[in-house]
Amino acid sequence: MAENITYVRDQFIPAAQPPVSDSTIVGWMRKNLFATWTDSAMTIAALVALLYFLPGAIDWLFLSAVWTGENRTACLTVDQGGALPSGWSGACWAYVGDRFVQFMFGSYPRDQLWRPLLIGGLFVALLVPLLMPRAPRKGLNAILLLVALPILAYVLLLGGHFGLSHVETTLWGGLMVTLILSFVGIVISLPAGILLALGRRSQMPIVRTACISFIELIRGVPLITVLFMASVLLPLFLEPGNNIDKFLRALIGVSVFASAYMAEVIRGGLQAIPKGQYEAADALGLNYFHKMTFVVLPQAIKLVIPGIVNTFIGMFKDTSLVTIISMYDLLGIVKASFGDSGWITPVTPLTGLIFAGFTFWIFCFGMSRYSAFVERRLDKSHKR
Amino acid sequence: MAIAQARTGDGEPPKVSLLYNPALRSYVYQILTLVLIVWVVWYAWHNATQNLARANMTSGFGFLNSRAGFDIAQSLIAYTSDSTYFRALQVGLLNTLVVAACSIVTATIVGLLVGIGRLSHNWLVARLCTVYVEIFRNIPPLLVIFFWYLGVLALLPTIRTIFQHVKDNPGAIFFISNRGIYMPAPIFGDGFGLVVAAFVAGVLAAIAFTVWANARQRATGNRPPVLMVNLALILLLPFVVFLLMGMPLSFDYPVPGSFNMKGGMVIGPEFLALYLALSLYSASFIAEIVRAGIRGVPGGQTEASYALGLRPGPTTRLVILPQALRIIIPPLTSQYLNIIKNSSLAVAVGYADLVAVGGTILNQSGHSIEIIAIWMAIYLSISLLTSLFMNWFNAKMALVER
Repeated sequence: MAENITYVRDQFIPAAQPPVSDSTIVGWMRKNLFATWTDSAMTIAALVALLYFLPGAIDWLFLSAVWTGENRTACLTVDQGGALPSGWSGACWAYVGDRFVQFMFGSYPRDQLWRPLLIGGLFVALLVPLLMPRAPRKGLNAILLLVALPILAYVLLLGGHFGLSHVETTLWGGLMVTLILSFVGIVISLPAGILLALGRRSQMPIVRTACISFIELIRGVPLITVLFMASVLLPLFLEPGNNIDKFLRALIGVSVFASAYMAEVIRGGLQAIPKGQYEAADALGLNYFHKMTFVVLPQAIKLVIPGIVNTFIGMFKDTSLVTIISMYDLLGIVKASFGDSGWITPVTPLTGLIFAGFTFWIFCFGMSRYSAFVERRLDKSHKR
Repeated sequence: MAIAQARTGDGEPPKVSLLYNPALRSYVYQILTLVLIVWVVWYAWHNATQNLARANMTSGFGFLNSRAGFDIAQSLIAYTSDSTYFRALQVGLLNTLVVAACSIVTATIVGLLVGIGRLSHNWLVARLCTVYVEIFRNIPPLLVIFFWYLGVLALLPTIRTIFQHVKDNPGAIFFISNRGIYMPAPIFGDGFGLVVAAFVAGVLAAIAFTVWANARQRATGNRPPVLMVNLALILLLPFVVFLLMGMPLSFDYPVPGSFNMKGGMVIGPEFLALYLALSLYSASFIAEIVRAGIRGVPGGQTEASYALGLRPGPTTRLVILPQALRIIIPPLTSQYLNIIKNSSLAVAVGYADLVAVGGTILNQSGHSIEIIAIWMAIYLSISLLTSLFMNWFNAKMALVER
């Protein structure tokens, strides 16, 4: 019976070609670059802009750039007293190469450089396993990184004990200072931010008012004023005759500022935890401390990890402001080197700033990629 | 036995040690906090008075009335070095507001364009916008300021080149040099106030006409020619008044002086560097906010709009953006506040904003507590006013559910 039904196919039709927009390059271009008249116009405008700027930029950065040289004459044109053809303009990477150690460590004594290098190596060695979700012993790892390492760094970098020579903080500089400032800011601002956030949500009016005033005061003013406050007012508010270290002042300013922002991020996490979690912890008879550390905070902090990383990124960028209170972080030392008579050329500032910008960019971009990675991972675990 | 009593509720409630009384504990904690705060404040105040006495300094705001003694390059109001500190702070505050307002406007426009561009179907445009956002978001704003100030604006033609340029082209009125952009300064004659009044009246009339046109479209389905009428009202009306008053406007042209250009109007490189850096830096954040807002609008809204026959342009303008605005406004508010706060980076390039002027006064007079208190008070009130305004705007835009 069934074999008589002629309108049922007994063999597959041959597979058709995929639509032209999905298969060929021309199709892809027609779909993604030249779909409409306005699209085509925008594509052409963008192409023209790219063709106008990109070759010049590549030429300036790489092809015409000077890669080796002893001093400023390597990057000067004939008119300016150098050897390069008149009208030349390009990056002067020789200057960055010559000043590289200074950009990394400031004026840290050159024979003691193993100290910051060792700390940096330990930092990387402890940070990488902490960032990898699969690596074991997270708790121990975190304690080593957040508690042991700062203490070791303090002893090793400052010296003065165990036969190590004392290195004044005024000699510190460069990327080292940027990293120390932001790392200490992170280490202090996390617990301080948690305390402030809990205080802000507390039932006790005096504690709540104090926390709200602090957070809103700090968040309402620019970081510069907080830094000025730390560098100018702090010595005034301490015992007469004190001589509080300038680096410590900046450290306090950055930490105070970061804590207020961190508090708001963590408050967002606390508010997102359903009320039932608090009530369940209460019903189990947990006291406030146990309720927070075992039930609420682990969930709340997990929720706001992307926000926390964003605060870290902001803080890392903001440490560059210590330049204004005349400290030499990466940006500060690069800027100070513009006045260095050995390397004054018209292209030095641009080269130095591009180098500093690229360094900052690597760190911030890395952090934001990591935050996106964590976000995706947490997202999955929620969907499951 | 005790449990049974507690359950049935008869008999005395179980005795709890005072140590575990939550109310009492709360009081103790609060008193401890208060004592700590009072002690810190007292300690700081005590030390500060001692330190000030040692340095032979007085405290109080009386110093604001003494002579400033320093010059400010960019000033919107009359100011000389003979003016008071108070006047100098006013100049600084105005400069802060000007650069913040200009940056906010530019950053919003650029951010909106880039944010929409990142969602574009055009592959190239989307990639370019992504590159822009990822570059500027991950660089300190201070570095961007230095980049413009030391890296770009300092490489512009020197004033000597400009002098030569003026000799070659005697008619030139607009110059770009490494000391800023020179342009003709308008001089307003008698009766120019009427032109301004006509402009204001034109804008008001245009708003009224738009409201009327919308009502008419809703009632009859016909759309009056809003654009043409509004253009005529806003541009033509003041122009006619301008002609009637006998063109009461002349220009002061910049001409070469002995060391610098004389006359005209100049926009200094400090302002330009700060303005460009703040705008481009903040635009990358605003672009992300806009993108998140647009993606927060369900895709069904776009499909519904296409189903109704709207084209992509009007769909974005009339359907997507109004809904996205509700998601965009709160983070946009904090971004605006960030721009205002970041304008304090002016001190790094010497643009005379509130912090730069305050810093100079602080160094001159040594009244650090007062200056920092003034800074904090002003920035806090600006932040508060901005967030009040944006909250009002947010409430106005919020979905009114019936």
